[in-house]
Amino acid sequence: MAVQIETSQVRDLKPPSNLGNKVFAGLASGAGWAILVTLAAVALFLVLRAAPAFTASEEELSGEGILRGYGFWGYVGPLLFGTVLSSALALVIAVPLSIGIALFISHYAPRRLAQGLGYIVDLLAAIPSVIFGLWGARWLMGVVDPVFAWLSDTLGFLPFFQDYLPPARNIMTASLVLAVMILPIITATIREVFLQTPRLHEEASLALGATRWEMVQQAVLPFARSGIISASMLGLGRALGETMAVLMILSPGFLVNFNLLMPGQHQTIAANIANQFPEAAGLGVNVLIATGLMLFIITFLVNMAARAIIARRAEFSGAN
Amino acid sequence: MKLANRRVAGIAAVSALAITLSACGQDAVQTDDGAATGGATTGTSEELSGALAGAGASSQEAGQNAWVAEFSTQNPGLTLSYDPTGSGAGREQFINGTVQFAGSDAAFKPEEIEAATERCYGAEPLELPLWVSPIAVVFNLPGIETLNMTPDTIARVFTGEITSWNDPAIADANPGVELPDSAVVAVNRSDDSGTTENFTEYLAAVAPDVWTYGGDGVWPIEGTQSGAQTSGVLEVVNGAEGTIAYVDASRVGDLGTAAVGVGDEFVPYSAEAAARVLEVSEPTEDASDLRLTYELARDTTESGTYPIVLVSYMIACSQYDNEADATNVAAYFSYIASEEGQELAAQADVAGIAPISDSLREKVTAAIDQISAG
Amino acid sequence: MTTITTAVDTRPRLAPWVPWSILGLSLAAGIGITATAGSLNLLGGTALGVVLYMVAITAVSWVREGERWARDRLASALVVSAFALVMVPLVSLVWMVVSEGMKRFGPQFLYTNMVGVYGESELGGAYHAIVGTLLITGLASLISIPIGIFTAIYLVEYGGGRIARYVTFLVDVMTGIPSIVAGLFAFSLFFTVAGPGYKSGLIGAVALAVLMTPVVVRSVEEMLKLVPNELREAAYALGVPKWLTIVKVVLRTAVAGITTGVMIAIARVIGETAPLLITVGIVANTNFNVFDGRMATLPVFVFRQYAQGGQAASERAWAGALTLILIVMLLNLVARLISRWFAPRGMAH
Repeated sequence: MAVQIETSQVRDLKPPSNLGNKVFAGLASGAGWAILVTLAAVALFLVLRAAPAFTASEEELSGEGILRGYGFWGYVGPLLFGTVLSSALALVIAVPLSIGIALFISHYAPRRLAQGLGYIVDLLAAIPSVIFGLWGARWLMGVVDPVFAWLSDTLGFLPFFQDYLPPARNIMTASLVLAVMILPIITATIREVFLQTPRLHEEASLALGATRWEMVQQAVLPFARSGIISASMLGLGRALGETMAVLMILSPGFLVNFNLLMPGQHQTIAANIANQFPEAAGLGVNVLIATGLMLFIITFLVNMAARAIIARRAEFSGAN
Repeated sequence: MKLANRRVAGIAAVSALAITLSACGQDAVQTDDGAATGGATTGTSEELSGALAGAGASSQEAGQNAWVAEFSTQNPGLTLSYDPTGSGAGREQFINGTVQFAGSDAAFKPEEIEAATERCYGAEPLELPLWVSPIAVVFNLPGIETLNMTPDTIARVFTGEITSWNDPAIADANPGVELPDSAVVAVNRSDDSGTTENFTEYLAAVAPDVWTYGGDGVWPIEGTQSGAQTSGVLEVVNGAEGTIAYVDASRVGDLGTAAVGVGDEFVPYSAEAAARVLEVSEPTEDASDLRLTYELARDTTESGTYPIVLVSYMIACSQYDNEADATNVAAYFSYIASEEGQELAAQADVAGIAPISDSLREKVTAAIDQISAG
Repeated sequence: MTTITTAVDTRPRLAPWVPWSILGLSLAAGIGITATAGSLNLLGGTALGVVLYMVAITAVSWVREGERWARDRLASALVVSAFALVMVPLVSLVWMVVSEGMKRFGPQFLYTNMVGVYGESELGGAYHAIVGTLLITGLASLISIPIGIFTAIYLVEYGGGRIARYVTFLVDVMTGIPSIVAGLFAFSLFFTVAGPGYKSGLIGAVALAVLMTPVVVRSVEEMLKLVPNELREAAYALGVPKWLTIVKVVLRTAVAGITTGVMIAIARVIGETAPLLITVGIVANTNFNVFDGRMATLPVFVFRQYAQGGQAASERAWAGALTLILIVMLLNLVARLISRWFAPRGMAH
């Protein structure tokens, strides 16, 4: 039996209200715009306050004590080098450790302990950087001193390990402390990603007779690749901008070399700004802000590279 | 536990916490409201009120803490604060009007004087040397409390020429003291600092052929061990043996100190000896009645002077646009310059400064009396 | 007659006591070697022992169980020692903070501020700093969490267009802002807008918000991406509008991860010294008004007490650090409770 429906009836039926969707979409894109605006403001301010340093003549710059007679690029160059060096070292140390710890918590530790263990690692993130500086100075330096001394004695012919001088206020110690500082951020993010690995994939792997490590290699790590890179970027961001711990541990210098164990060789941009800003005035302030701008650009380039890597290996992700 | 119960419990817990937190704080040192407590003050007998903010040299922090505390107790209607953000930031904040007074290890540069005059509504700013602090040469050698060191020796230690503690230069000046064969590790300030500036000026004045770098707030030699701020330097010195550094004398703790060669004697650091230096020093070329800046005679051979000193200035306007600021600043500066104020900061566990002489106090008071509201 | 060879390894695994005894022997050997070489160094000895264990167990396993199981044992050893390695700095740090901080920590420290304290005075505490930290960080969170979550939602749920690409890119850029530069930005912003005389906790909150937002966005974005598409599609199929799907299904599913991400962001900024140093400075009295007047904050309090030097100040600095850590621990606990409360049944792990 056919039911007769008038076409007018069909046309009159209204679709469900779109208001909720519109408002929500508006909020979401509004937040996106807020980010754009904020960043534009920060960039604008940085460039404005840094501009005098770029446009200043040689003479004016030489009058500024903190530049020690270098031109602007001669001043920033070693700082950039020191920043990248310390952050790269910290990442190289921290990322494998983070993956290991996250794996431990998600796949190796007894289930009941897992949450508590995660909490303990998160505790490291709670500790302010001033305390890391103090801890580095009072405990870590004492611990690494014999190690560095041994390295310098036996492998001192390599430029990396030559001429160690106590106390251990060199870029290696600073990188170690940075690594400890960025560990919890990276670990927490990677841990969450590992925990979200589809159980199906894991169990399929195990059902085929894989060992636990093989299961991890096949099911967990590929799924987590973009998450690992993303987490590393978060950690790198923290390492590049870390101020207080480096300030309290490193004996700074303005040289470009790979003498990791010698004091007075390198300095990072952020620690340098914190060090010099209180006493800086006039053009000096502009120079320091200009170095901050350089740091900004470096991070930006590194992030672009990371994004390119992630894009090339676009994995399955839930929202695609 | 039921969901509803949990919610209620949660809300109750949070509110309880909030109430406890907001209700139960108290001032560390209680003051009676409304009654100015006793003590000979040079401030006015009328109640001071309003807000007075200063910023600048962190070298003055310990003393300013004491002055702010005591002055606030005597004038409870006044909200007084000093922010130790650093000399440069302090001068800048003074010039752009964020604060009414500042503390600075360095006098105004010529271009800053113009800007400061503009800030002071066309009138000259005040620069008063109200903080004279000896800089001690400290070292970490267990068992050795003091060493005699000639200016030449000190310069050669800090340029790295003298590398071992039992070098003849040190040994000859200290007969009878057993010096270890360990390496000398010179430690300096890594930040631009008034202490470094005064120390390097001293070295340049007394040993110009050894110390060829002149005087500068930034340490001129690369590749050295260094620390950020006095506490950073002390961290390094205390952390390893054989280190030597220059720090504000009030922070010496139980480190060994050097008695500096002046003329034929060796003078250990002390506030009195440091104060003598200002007495034998001349004002700078551009000094005036209001801007009492000095050219320190660091190469003096006067007996009993300790020539390594830091002079830090208090900066204010001679003219403000309102009565309250003028009165408050004048009262506070008078307190700092008074015997009471200077003695307070001179205490060893406060800041250990050298109290200013009476003749200097006269000049300073004359300048302070010129503060008015335009 | 054909023999069937399978890929499955049927060799017996090592008896359970074997790896443990190898571990014990390696540790003993490691500590023994360092003891004979120089002084007895527990840390170095253990490290050496662990390395010896890894070599030994891999070798033994390779021979007895086969290559695949040897790799697995090595991987397990590496993973466990990674965790043990990170416990070392954590334990020594916490021990240092607790033992130094307990010298002065207590109700009196928590309830007094620094009005009238100078020199070697034993009085004084961090009450004003605690209040300041909570208020400023709370305000910063209020600004950055909604913006962060909505941006993440925008990127994941509404993304794909050009604007979304720019926003992703800019969030990356934002993660790299050094904390001191964020402070400089906030300082100049308010200097231009409100004039030089305006000093308040709001400036510090803005600086912290700039630092927090990208962290929130990144973490929440990762969490949202991990929510399986099937859940979304099931909701759409039932006629649920998009915004309700996002709120009730996607967010609800990801809430544990989101809370962790937000907590990480708060923990990241609560200890920031540099931006607060130049925007809010330090004062001795308690200020409850976050929109007017300077405020003290815990990290700046700790730093300045440390920089001041002296016995009493040093103790106050450590006690302040202990307070800060306790506050963050509390926040972490609250976050875990919240996420467990909200998580849909069956998602708890």
